[in-house]
Amino acid sequence: MRYSAFSIVKNALTGNVNWKPAWRQPEPKPFYDIIIVGGGGHGLATAYYLAKEFGLKNIAVLEKGYLGSGNVGRNTTIVRSNYMLPGNEPFYEFSMKLWEGMEQDLNYNAMLSQRGIINLYHNDGQRDAYIRRGNAMWMEGVPAELLDRAALKKMLPFLNFDHARFPIMGGLLQKRGGTARHDAVAWGYARAADRLGVYLLQNCEVTGIRRENGVVTGVETSRGFIGCSKLGLAAAGNTSRVGQMADLKLPIESHVLQAFVTEGLKPAIDHVITYGAGHFYISQSDKGGLVFGAEIDGYNSYAQRGNLATVEHVMEEGVTMIPGLSRVRVLRSWGGVMDMSMDGSPIISHTPIDNLYLNCGWCYGGFKATPASGWCFAHLIAKNESHPVARFLRLDRFERGYPIDEHGAGPQPNLH
Amino acid sequence: MASLISCPHCGTRPKEEFSIRGDASVLRPDPEASDEAWNDYVHIRANPRGRYREHWQHVAGCRRWLVVERDTMTHEVYSVTDGAVAAREAAR
Repeated sequence: MRYSAFSIVKNALTGNVNWKPAWRQPEPKPFYDIIIVGGGGHGLATAYYLAKEFGLKNIAVLEKGYLGSGNVGRNTTIVRSNYMLPGNEPFYEFSMKLWEGMEQDLNYNAMLSQRGIINLYHNDGQRDAYIRRGNAMWMEGVPAELLDRAALKKMLPFLNFDHARFPIMGGLLQKRGGTARHDAVAWGYARAADRLGVYLLQNCEVTGIRRENGVVTGVETSRGFIGCSKLGLAAAGNTSRVGQMADLKLPIESHVLQAFVTEGLKPAIDHVITYGAGHFYISQSDKGGLVFGAEIDGYNSYAQRGNLATVEHVMEEGVTMIPGLSRVRVLRSWGGVMDMSMDGSPIISHTPIDNLYLNCGWCYGGFKATPASGWCFAHLIAKNESHPVARFLRLDRFERGYPIDEHGAGPQPNLH
Repeated sequence: MASLISCPHCGTRPKEEFSIRGDASVLRPDPEASDEAWNDYVHIRANPRGRYREHWQHVAGCRRWLVVERDTMTHEVYSVTDGAVAAREAAR
């Protein structure tokens, strides 16, 4: 069923009993041409673009829980393309452009809201760094705007401009950045992929990768053996565990990142705002809750829960930036398992095994990349060559000495 | 993560006194070792779900480097050893 204003009216008049499930619940077939491991945003988008853009059939997505049960439903929903390095910026801008057409393409309301993202700066050095980043964006054709203190005061009067240690001097604005409804992105891709014949196999955990003569022949799962001629891994925080099944050596550590949401408020924060003196970022959801987060906890973890010391630190950062937050009550907090790479940038790559492809290393920036990650991974799997905008995101860049280190933090995952 | 860590020198202390560096299982290779050995040391991680040995420093206490063995899924802490002692044990 195609979703439209007409379908809403028609179903409302008939008591809303005729809505069909958004996707099927098929039984696994014994063999697929392509299997994608991981039914999150990236895995579902990959399957969708494989079917839609590359015309491929006989594709399955294997998900150990339910669709969208991982990080795609556990993030702070920010989309942006304000990166600096040539290996990153064209890729994220490609993603931003896909976001802008995605809802029409999928026939699904992902509630994309291009409300603008503002990175605050607090000293001259940081201002210069943002000018440099803004210029790097312009060189890739991405508009960026530097806001001075007066302009910012007009837009965001609630900020703590005169903080003694970290006064706010201005910010870098990307107007096209914003937020999207994270679950709806997973659901939209799932529904659209299902309509193109992709098998979405839930509660189907991969327990082994079978290989013969150096190539993958299929996967052992909790629902039996399933054969395939190409296998793509998009397992995010569990990448190392799945990779180990194929003896891959990976530059990945799994870390926990927490996020928070407050009680619903009247519209108060119109943009996405990030703090320059820490790692705090905040926006307001359409439901009214303030959604925010900050750094990873800083230690390896597969548990989807974090540490109280980090909670306190996040709250302190938030109140330092926006003193009015001190009177808002937090409703919920949660943790997600991040596949932190050694340079803070992602991997969409071949592996040493010919028909095994890898999509991982999203650190905590995976959500904004969902469409481009899916598209570029599909391109890699379908054509067996990298998409031009993802050509730097190779697994072997580490051993070759070409890291893409946006922060200049070195090979220390808990610093990215 | 456990809230309290038993430092072998300072006794039971809050976790916030410690700084976590990362994986203690990788060992620095010889300066003349192959590129592959160095790549493995600098970049490649086993990243297990379960038992894990990690370098911690007691920055707000004795300032000694410690090896904390813990579980990355349950966050249970099994043992805390002084780094030098752990290195001697490993060399034995």
